[in-house]
Order: sequence, then C-alpha cells, then structure tokens
Amino acid sequence: MKPSRLTNIGNWVLDRFPLTNLWNDHMAHYYAPKNFNFWYFFGSLALLVLVNQFVTGILLTMNYKPDATLAFDSVEYIMRDVNWGWLVRYMHSTGASAFFIVIYLHMFRGMLYGSFKQPRELIWIFGMFLFVALMAEAFMGYLLPWGQMSYWGAQVIISLFSAIPVVGDELALWIRGDYVVSDATLNRFFAFHVISVPLVLVLLVFLHIVALHEVGSNNPDGVEIKKNKDANGIPLDGIPFHPYYTVKDIVGVGVFLLFFATIVFYMPEMGGYFLEHANFIPADPMKTPEHIAPVWYFTPFYAILRAIPDKFAGVVGMGGAIVVLFLLPWLDRSEVKSIRYRGGIFKKALLLFVISFIALGYLGTQPATPLATTFARIFTAIYFGFFLLMPLYTRWEKTKPLPERLTMQPGIEECIPALRATYDEITLVEPVQTENGTVLKRKLNPDGLIKVLSRLAINLKKKFD
Amino acid sequence: MKNLILLFLLSFTVVSHASESVELSSPDIDISDHKSLERGAKNYVTYCLGCHSIQHIRYLRIALDLDIDEKKMLHEIAPEGAGIYDKLQTAMNAHDARKWFGVQPPDLSLIARSRGADWLYSYLKGFYSDSSKPLGVNNSIFPDVGMPNVLWQLQGEQQAVYKTEDGKKVLAKLVIAEKGVQSEKEFDQTVNDLVNFLVYVGEPVQLERQKMGKFVIFFILMFLVVAYLLKKEYWKDVH
Repeated sequence: MKPSRLTNIGNWVLDRFPLTNLWNDHMAHYYAPKNFNFWYFFGSLALLVLVNQFVTGILLTMNYKPDATLAFDSVEYIMRDVNWGWLVRYMHSTGASAFFIVIYLHMFRGMLYGSFKQPRELIWIFGMFLFVALMAEAFMGYLLPWGQMSYWGAQVIISLFSAIPVVGDELALWIRGDYVVSDATLNRFFAFHVISVPLVLVLLVFLHIVALHEVGSNNPDGVEIKKNKDANGIPLDGIPFHPYYTVKDIVGVGVFLLFFATIVFYMPEMGGYFLEHANFIPADPMKTPEHIAPVWYFTPFYAILRAIPDKFAGVVGMGGAIVVLFLLPWLDRSEVKSIRYRGGIFKKALLLFVISFIALGYLGTQPATPLATTFARIFTAIYFGFFLLMPLYTRWEKTKPLPERLTMQPGIEECIPALRATYDEITLVEPVQTENGTVLKRKLNPDGLIKVLSRLAINLKKKFD
Repeated sequence: MKNLILLFLLSFTVVSHASESVELSSPDIDISDHKSLERGAKNYVTYCLGCHSIQHIRYLRIALDLDIDEKKMLHEIAPEGAGIYDKLQTAMNAHDARKWFGVQPPDLSLIARSRGADWLYSYLKGFYSDSSKPLGVNNSIFPDVGMPNVLWQLQGEQQAVYKTEDGKKVLAKLVIAEKGVQSEKEFDQTVNDLVNFLVYVGEPVQLERQKMGKFVIFFILMFLVVAYLLKKEYWKDVH
C-alpha cells in the first residue's frame, strides 16, 4: 500500500525532529507512581494557571498603557470599553491569586511527602527559584494598575532596599529610577513583568520538569518505585503518565475551573483580598493611605518584616524566611520521606508551622497594634524554629517501617459510603405530624454526634503519634 | 497555651472594633432595579455632577444598560448641552475647584468600589450642622469633610446629639432639626437610589457578568462529569 501524503509529511518531520521520543520520554513512557492523591493535582494546575496568565496577560498588554498618567484609566478602559476586557482582566487578577494558592499547596505537598529529599534536591531548588521569580512577577505586576495600593505597596517594598548598609539608598534609587516611585519605575516594572520575568519563569519550569523526569516522581509513601521493576525494566508500581495522569489531571482542571469561574464571575474582588479596595483610587504620591497592606500572598513575609523591630534586621528576616526554604533538603535529616512513616514530632512541628504561616498571613493584613506585633513575633519564632531545629528533631525521632511496595489509600470517591454512614449516625429519622399527615424528618442526633466527634478526635490523636 | 489562643482571638475583636469608630448603615443595593438606577442617575446629574465627574462612563452606556430611550436620556437626565456619546463630565474646572474647595472634587467612577456602598450611604446621610466649620456642616462618617451638604434641601437640617463616654464627648446620634422637602423615608430612598447608581457605575458589567457566570459554571460541571467518567474508564484496571 502506498503511504498517504500525511504519513509522508509525518515521516519527513520525524526524520528531522525527535517528536516520538519526546512524547514517549515525558508522557507515554514516563512511569509515575500509581498512588498519587489529592495533593498531586497542583503541579499540573500551576502550569494551567501559568498559561492562563500568559494568554490573558498578552491580551491585556494590547490595551494597557504603561504610563503614569494613562495607566489607571487604561485599566478602567479595559474593564468597560474593550470587548470582553473585564473578563480578561478578572481572569488575570484572579489568576495571580490562584497561582499563589496552587503554588503554596504544591510546596506543602513537597513538605508532606518529602519530595525535596535526596535525590530530588535540585527539583526543589528549581522550584524555589520559580517561587522567587513568581513573587517578583506578582510584585511588579501589582504596580501596573497604578492604584493607591499599587503605588504605596511598591514604595514601601522598594524602600526596604535602602535599609541595606552603605549601598542601600543608592540601590533603591537605582531600582526606582527616581527618588520616588514614578513613571520611570512603572515603565521598567512593565518591561520586567511582561518580558524578562516570564522568560525566566518558562526556563525554570523547563528545568523543574526536566529534573523531575530524570529522577522520577515521588509519591505519598515516599518509596522509590524504581526499586521494584519488572523484566522489561518498567516499575511495578508505575503507570504511564499518559493516559492515566492526563485524564486524571483533567478532572483536577475541571474542579479548579469550577472554583476559578465562581470567583471570576461572582466575587472577583474576593472581599478586598484579590483586588484591594484602595486600589480603585488612582495613585497619589502626595497622599499616603492610612493602612498599607500588600496583597494576601505576601502578607506572611510582610508580617515577619514588621515583627522584627530593626528595619535592616527585618529585611534580613523576611529574606531569611525564603532562603531557609531553599535549605530544606539539607535541614531534614530524617531517614524516611513521607509524613506517613515519620514520627509524631515532625507531624506536630509541621502543624505548628502551618498554623504560624496562616496566622502570619492574617497578621500581615492587619494594622500593627502592639498586641498583634507580639503575636507576629511568636509566630515568626515558630516559623524559623520549624526550619532551624529541624536537623535536631528529624534525626532523633523514631520513624515507622517503610512498606516494600506502594500502598493504595481509598480515594475521594471511595469515601462516599463512609461519609453516608457517618451522616446516618449523626442524624435520626423521626416521624413528624404535619397537616398532610405523618412525614419522616431527619433530626440531629446529639449522642451520635458526640460519638463521631470523639472517634474523630481519637483518630486525629493517633495520626499525630 | 489555651489562654494564649484565647488572647490571640480576643486581640482581633479589639482591633476590628477600634478601626470602626462609627457604625455604618446598609442601603438596599439592587442593580437590576432599573427604576431605582434611573432615579439615581437623574439625582446624580442634578445634585452631584456639578462638582463630581464620572469620566469612565458615557450617557449612551447608561441608556443602553438601563433600557432608557436615548432621547429621554438626553432630555430628562443628562444636563443641557450634553451629547449621548459624552462622558459624565463636570462643568466645574480644576482651577476654580481648587480655589473654592482647596482640592478638586474626586471623580466618582469607582467610589463605590473603593469606599463601599455602606460607607457612601452612611456618608450621604451623615451631614450635620456645625458652625465651627467653614461650610457650616460636618459629617459623622468623614469628620472635617470639605464638601457641603448638597442634599440639605431634601433632607432638612440635621443636628448632632452628643453623649459622654470615658470622659470624652462623642457623637450619639443625628436628629432632624428642621424638616426638608422629603420625608425621612423618601430621603432614605433618594440616597439609596444614588448609592445604587454609584454601585452600578463602579462596574457597569456586573449584571452581565453574573448572568454569564451561570452558563459558564453549568458548562464546567458538564465538562467535569465527562472528565470524571473518562478517568474512571481509564483507571478501572489500575489496582
């Protein structure tokens, strides 16, 4: 049979480009552990949000004016007069917050299951550089709408550089290109936001994924699947990424989009957390807002900055809070990766860390009253304590024996019967007399509720041992 | 430890109270109520547009969004001389404004998004006589305000009643000392309409956005069902 023209074209390309190999190496023959759970959706979701930011960002630049006198009005022009401009802008602004939610959960997954540990240190390092680049991207992007919070947020953060001894003032001046945040600052931030940092992000994502596919994915058990291979050298507990995880991630995409669309269409300001109220006032260099708060995703670090009395020490503390994350692979001395087989001390320490991170995030949005500052100091101490004491408590604690092969935990859909049983336990069906005769009604059963709650408490207690 | 947590939680109730010195009252905001928005637009042009522009919206957009005939828009709502494609510009120029009030009155396109409807409603109802101020009025929400009470003819004259709290004289409530053209209820409605209009103007697309959201979410739900079934089909042989 004569090959068709399409086959010929296909072969022409394949002779010159390793398309099949690329596909097989990274999708069809990339073997991923079969027991990925809820926490493993956020990597692919981060990629989705990145694409969303690129597409909406490019559309926004078509009507945005990076000019101090025009910027604010051009954003409103996009919101009102550009066809679908409001949707594009809200997708971009919601996407920025969604990016951080997804990335924070993605990083937390790494901490839960020890994905940063040997041999995946470099993946973690690339990921941390991605996080830093993302923060730079978000910070510079936030100046562009040229509202009051954009302006004064940038003013406060850039002035932090002036706390550096000797070169500080010169450095801050060099960053701004002026003595205050001004048109020059806006223009250079625009250039960085739309060209430089996105390029760095793409490069880092590439490195992050190449490094991941070299060593293979970790999993909730923290056991290397490459230790158990079949005769063909395929991991026994591995399944091809495509189609198994592509179809699974699409479900994750659907759930994510459900939340994303709800925010975009019904609460794009998210109560002033995603779009701050004060940012609807044009930037005014002569009028300082009474309360300057960064957007929610920076507030944990901002709270650490304010908690430390000395300005320079505060800047060092804030930077240190991020630097210490880079060191995580070497701070953790535990034999096992996954939290499932670690001892109780690490679990409690991680819980304290999560509480302090969230509390710092909240405190960063609030005015710095003396009491709030005291609490910010306590939580800052816990934050750093979690990392700096890690070499001690992870080495000493007793770990549990690792399984030979991966374990399969029940998925979300397998929990439904158990949830229904619980629902039956905490409710009572009682006949109720109404005008239309007797009707069966469900009522809360206090005894059942107490039983369920105490069981939950005992289980929680066990989980933390 | 328990005390510490309690103290932590308590500290914020204190903080949140300290930041709200005056309690705000809430208007009834419904931007699908075209009649209310139309009254609001008319009152805005009559009482506010003299000083405050809304430069991010045109008369045409308002007419289209609120189902107002273009001719009616020009004759009954827009000021004389305004064209249908004009933005809601004020007649007062910046130079005069600075001479008369010290500052240029702000553009109100986004005031509902920066201040919120409750604040606007309480502010517009919060003027009271205070002879120590240059304009003869003060405001319970915005002390030492630089704006006169433009709605005084409708509302009448309000006076403050003070009480003593911790040795300090604080505002207790405002009472109508001299009746205005409108009754208290009518005036509340007028202010409500105005605030409603400002909420609409802050984001004219919001009704369309919410309407569209239903379809988008329905589509995503359907997509989710298909995606889930596909996943289940592929994964049935993974144990």
